[in-house]
Amino acid sequence: MHIIESGNAAAATGVKLARAQVIAAYPITPQTPLTEKLSEFVESKELDAEYILVESEHSAMAVCIAASTAGTRAFTATSANGLLYMSEQLHWAAGARLPIVMCVPNRGIGAPWTVWNDQQDTISQRDVGWIQIYANDHQQIIDSVIKAFRLAQTVSIPVMVCYDGYLLSHTYMPFDQPDQSKVDSFLPAFVPAHFLDPENPGNFNAITLPDVRPNSDGIAPGYIEIRSNLHEDLRAALDTYIDIDKEFEKEFGRGGNPLVEEYECDDADFVAVCIGSLSYQLRDVIDIMRNDGVKIGVMGVQMYRPFPDKVIVDALSGKKCAIVFEKALSYGNQGALYGDIKSALYNSDKRPFVHNYLLGLGGREIKTQQLLDALTESCTSPETIGDTPRWIGLKL
Amino acid sequence: MKTREFADKISRSEPGPGDGGNTGSWRVLRPVINLEACIPVKLNKKACFNCWLYCPDCVVSKTIPPVINFDYCKGCGICAEECPAGAISMVDESTPIEEGK
Amino acid sequence: MENKTTILNLTEDEFVHSGTRACTGCGLSIVYRMGVKALGKDSILVVPPSCLTMLQGIYPVASAKLPSINVTFASTGAAATGVRAAMKALKKDNVNVVAWAGDGGTGDIGIQALSGACERGEDLIYICYDNEAYMNTGVQRSGTTPKGVLTTTTPIVGKLQEKKDIPAIIAAHGIDYVATASAAYPLDLYDKVKKATTLSGTKYIHVHTPCPPGWSFDTRYTIKIGKLAIKTGLFDLYEIENGAFQLTGPSKRLVGKERKPVTDYFNTQGRFKSLDEEMVKTVQDQVDAKWANY
Repeated sequence: MHIIESGNAAAATGVKLARAQVIAAYPITPQTPLTEKLSEFVESKELDAEYILVESEHSAMAVCIAASTAGTRAFTATSANGLLYMSEQLHWAAGARLPIVMCVPNRGIGAPWTVWNDQQDTISQRDVGWIQIYANDHQQIIDSVIKAFRLAQTVSIPVMVCYDGYLLSHTYMPFDQPDQSKVDSFLPAFVPAHFLDPENPGNFNAITLPDVRPNSDGIAPGYIEIRSNLHEDLRAALDTYIDIDKEFEKEFGRGGNPLVEEYECDDADFVAVCIGSLSYQLRDVIDIMRNDGVKIGVMGVQMYRPFPDKVIVDALSGKKCAIVFEKALSYGNQGALYGDIKSALYNSDKRPFVHNYLLGLGGREIKTQQLLDALTESCTSPETIGDTPRWIGLKL
Repeated sequence: MKTREFADKISRSEPGPGDGGNTGSWRVLRPVINLEACIPVKLNKKACFNCWLYCPDCVVSKTIPPVINFDYCKGCGICAEECPAGAISMVDESTPIEEGK
Repeated sequence: MENKTTILNLTEDEFVHSGTRACTGCGLSIVYRMGVKALGKDSILVVPPSCLTMLQGIYPVASAKLPSINVTFASTGAAATGVRAAMKALKKDNVNVVAWAGDGGTGDIGIQALSGACERGEDLIYICYDNEAYMNTGVQRSGTTPKGVLTTTTPIVGKLQEKKDIPAIIAAHGIDYVATASAAYPLDLYDKVKKATTLSGTKYIHVHTPCPPGWSFDTRYTIKIGKLAIKTGLFDLYEIENGAFQLTGPSKRLVGKERKPVTDYFNTQGRFKSLDEEMVKTVQDQVDAKWANY
């Protein structure tokens, strides 16, 4: 069924279709319409879930961690400073291997206060051990939420579904709402291997020693084994997500290339790379430049953690130049995605020049002309622009 | 990919005694019960059992006579202090154990 | 309280294994042993960092025979909420969800999550064992450390501020049951926890818990010193049920009787050795004034 709704409503509808059992949320702009919509679903009994209206984001994730450990499908959503307020809980949820799903409409971080879009919030949390999926439109939001629940419980790792605040969260677009029955067969009920169970008591997440320790079954891992296993399983989740996406495509007729989304890249000499809805804005620029005879394409990175380095290297090797646009950075160094891409390309013998443009922080408008100018410059002199990130749209 | 069972991917402990090892080895003073003064022994019925109630480490049995599990008794002396009959004394661990005590 | 438990009819079922890492003479060990006896098998514990984390054991051995989830320091009240929510979603109605934290985890870093849970009226039992400082990290002062007490972060002069009255703060939320208890009166503690298992809504029990290394006294005096805190009138045992306050047990029996002077309590512990006469008199006057209202 096709409906026209906001990105936040698309996310909420995905959560409803996924039959989340425990939801906890604390209001923060631009996430609020999502949680309001979920309140509506729960109060109208369209969704049979326990909905806890907590007193902070830290507590929202605490509710999800505990509810997930007890064996239920848990969901929350937040943005910006709310995400950072729950940061220690994010590490905890990943280390405890809990299949929690969280939506994050991306917003800039204070200080100074900003409520507008950039991606500093989730990019700064890239190292917490969660899977990060970025959706570029409303269809991808609802589909990603459903796929995220499936992925999370398949690999026992929590998943963030991120999308640009306001640009996607508050705009209205048509999208297809999947049938409940199809979602039910795609997403089986969550059956945990271990849960808080008086009949089979266990103590979860107790202090774990630096070294391995004998137990009745042999050797129990130390902290480093548990954590290295999280890393290995995150790496393996790249392939798992491709499989899940294929299954989704078979069931719902949408999908393919879930890790990166390429546009006009096959024969391109130049590829613009970015995360989020900016990749769709860039398509307009690519069309203009293609009309002028420049062989250029755009790649939207949809899964940022685990990092799909192999796919990206395959796509960018042999190109003349990759131009990375970012609405976030690793302060004092460079754009985070830029660093990741350069690192991934290091072992390629056909590695392109890589440029980095920083833009759009705190919701600064990104004009198509600015993108066109930057890309034109990068395509005209790929070898002279160098390594230093360049800012777009600064007015002072 | 490593194919560990999920149980090994998380820290989940199973119940069992002696997480701290044989904590009896911590003991400096050993509680010794004078059975002639011990109230339930004297009365030959269930009575008193303060030593059982107040023990922080569940090492005193609620039996006649009360029996102390020295594998885990840390030797705090609470039982001696709370025995209303003064039947428990704390003796130096280096003191030889007398037969029947 | 009706049907008081006695030593003789107190269950012999133990839910804690011997050989824990708790210190010799640990007051918390007594509180924990009695508390879980009262809770019984069908209970799930939620525990933030504290001495209880150590007592419950290092992976892969658990001291308790109950399911337990370790959670971050500030999140206890919310995590317990999450367990209860899951029990509701799974239609498991006969489970006690029990948050169990120290005084710092309750009244300092954990107060926001606890306040939220109380305001929402979550169906859980919250047990705070109050050993009056951050013991697990090496005796740093907390909000509930009494005035004048020496800790490793108030090492010479002693704490300058009054003890934060956590049970009163919790009671101000208007929850159905608030009680205080003491490690030195395990049967009274047992009965209060037992009662909490029969009530719905949020139940809060604040347990005064002597700590030999933190308070500087010989391990054999844990019970004696806990009792002195009650008998001097410094720490009072009470229940607040549906808003109605009443003293209970040994504190109730003190009303109208002569209490021991507070110096009897102070002299037993090294942590009070910086108290001067004037401060002792101030505390005695405060205690007398409080009891004049009982």
